[in-house]
Amino acid sequence: MSQTSPTPNQPNMVAANKVKSIRRLDLATSRQLMWYKFKRHKLAMIGTGIIFVFLLLSIFPEFISTTKPQLRDPAYSSGPPTGIHIFDEEWQIHWPFIYGHKMKRHPVTLRKLVVLDTDTRVPIEFFVRGEAYKFLGFIPADLHLFGTLGTQIHLFGTDKLGRDIFSRTIYATRVSMSIGIIGVMAAFFIGLAIGGLAGLKGGWVDNVIMRLIEFIRSIPSLPLWLGLAASLPREWSATTVYVVVTLILAALGWTTLARRVRSKLLTLQNEDFIQAARLAGCSNYRLVTKHMLPSFMSYLIVDLTVAFPYILLAETSLSFLGLGMREPMVSWGVLLFSAQNVTALAHTPWLLIPGGFILVIVIAFNFFGDGMRDAADPYTK
Amino acid sequence: MPLLQKILVRLGSSVLMLVAVSIVAFIIISLPPGDFADSYAANKISSGETVTLAEIEAIRRQFGLDKPLYLQYFKWIGGMVYGDFGYSWGYSRPVTEVIGERLPMTILIATGTLLFTYITAIPLGIYSALRQYSVADYTFTILGYIGLATPNFLLALLLMFGATTWFGVSVGGLFSLEYQDAAWSMGRVWDLLSHIWVPIIVLGTAGTAFQLRIMRATLLEELNKMYVTAARATGLSEFRMILKYPVRLALNPIVSTLGWELTTVISGAPIIGLVLSLPDTGPMFINALRSQDMFLAGAMMLIYCILVMIGSFISDILLMIVDPRVRMGAST
Repeated sequence: MSQTSPTPNQPNMVAANKVKSIRRLDLATSRQLMWYKFKRHKLAMIGTGIIFVFLLLSIFPEFISTTKPQLRDPAYSSGPPTGIHIFDEEWQIHWPFIYGHKMKRHPVTLRKLVVLDTDTRVPIEFFVRGEAYKFLGFIPADLHLFGTLGTQIHLFGTDKLGRDIFSRTIYATRVSMSIGIIGVMAAFFIGLAIGGLAGLKGGWVDNVIMRLIEFIRSIPSLPLWLGLAASLPREWSATTVYVVVTLILAALGWTTLARRVRSKLLTLQNEDFIQAARLAGCSNYRLVTKHMLPSFMSYLIVDLTVAFPYILLAETSLSFLGLGMREPMVSWGVLLFSAQNVTALAHTPWLLIPGGFILVIVIAFNFFGDGMRDAADPYTK
Repeated sequence: MPLLQKILVRLGSSVLMLVAVSIVAFIIISLPPGDFADSYAANKISSGETVTLAEIEAIRRQFGLDKPLYLQYFKWIGGMVYGDFGYSWGYSRPVTEVIGERLPMTILIATGTLLFTYITAIPLGIYSALRQYSVADYTFTILGYIGLATPNFLLALLLMFGATTWFGVSVGGLFSLEYQDAAWSMGRVWDLLSHIWVPIIVLGTAGTAFQLRIMRATLLEELNKMYVTAARATGLSEFRMILKYPVRLALNPIVSTLGWELTTVISGAPIIGLVLSLPDTGPMFINALRSQDMFLAGAMMLIYCILVMIGSFISDILLMIVDPRVRMGAST
């Protein structure tokens, strides 16, 4: 017990604190230990923050975006990002504003050009009323985080049809993130079920399942995904395609997880605490769910965080090739689809901005996964 | 003797695998509603010609589409043995010809990418491990994170965008205009070399980042072992000691992932081929999928798998050569 003297002087205070901190580590549950360890990983914390922001974007795209993804602004088609200005032409400081614009024809090529009108300033306002939408799908609302009155703001510019890239990217965040999350979840359950079957049954069942996994892992994944996605009927609605594409991605992404579950189940069979539970008359179901699964759950979560970027990138590649999501359902890949050729890139490079979102979320998940891997086994230094 | 036996067993399982892959490829070909005769008819009608039902039936009979699926499969696979992969209505030519003229480019790009990956990743990985926490080490780590996170096609788009806006050159294709259809000559080879680095870098970046991390991690682990100290005590120069003992062991995981690395390269190649408009199998494969030109797509899918299988076969043999423990049949 504590050996601090009743008169608290400086050195003893230090000792007391030390005892306290050791006690804190000793008494912490394994979940608390994981959190302590995860917190020490700076990059993982940054990654977590970014993932959180992206989740917010995908929950409230209607509120954060300035307009609807399919709405056109014909007066500003193929327009560059409006930017946010603080200084005007004479270096006078103002409340953040955007310039008005006019549409002109190029004198020689007759291509439509957007010309900035530096005489009119349109101030940016917060919590403006704009396009009506259903908040969380059922509450009618028309409030937007920011926007302008009069001339529309296009933070990331517009595409050929005059659709606002910023709003489209925000809406696409919901589609892309949800495919990643649902795909990972589906892969998790498939992997758990099949890996569990192989690990518990053993024998020929195990053999067949392991050969199947080896088979799936050794065929080049993208051509297979492409083949499956291409065989979907063209007349299906965007929602059906969304569901089926997610399932295809999950159906090919469960193998790592199943392997992990199987090998953990096999090694755990010989552990003392499992033997003890079995001798105490535990049913098989209880043995797995109460004793085995919790002891390696953290490893499964690590595998899930690693699998997320793969599924996300696979969906992006499919949509980028025009074989995945389709309009009016936009994902990041669908947005990049229009940036495919050199001429589009040269004239409207802002079409590449959604690609930045992909990059950021994948890096964030890699950081997050690294932190999770360290934290998964909290009892090693 | 056990080595030869092992190789034979490995070869046998590859053949089994090939049969399984061909079945999967065939199922995918047969998945889309409607068959070759339907798409043939649709194609004719869209070009303004009239097609009678009897004609469609005749085509169906000619290609054996009225037979049950398993018979169609045997016909498909049987033809393949004689090098007949079916007919591509998209190109109006036999599949063998269409693929044959593009496949060498795909193999060239894949091999080049693998060479690039290992030639850069191994020395950089060794350097990072020996100079742990140096500026160069951190730089490689950060570049590695970005390299792993960038989808290949985005990297290709960025490269194209950068090349056209800042340098005014186009990086698409594999040949300049004047060499497009020219016969092979020194000039054409040189022209190919001055273009092929773009797809190679695009396809190889992620793999290089990954292998660099593996090389660094395994070498760091090996460097702390006793045999390294023992080797150092014999008076070998540091450079030779590192190359001769720990690096040789650290190469094992690198060699054993060669097959897997080839799989990723083959997986990524079609998209890159499309974005950079390369004259290889990539754009052809994707267009075949889009227009449901299924004999062409199915044959190509099978060929991609065969390439991967050859790659993993070679990597297994290499591993046996590099690591005596694997050769002797011990499990690692």
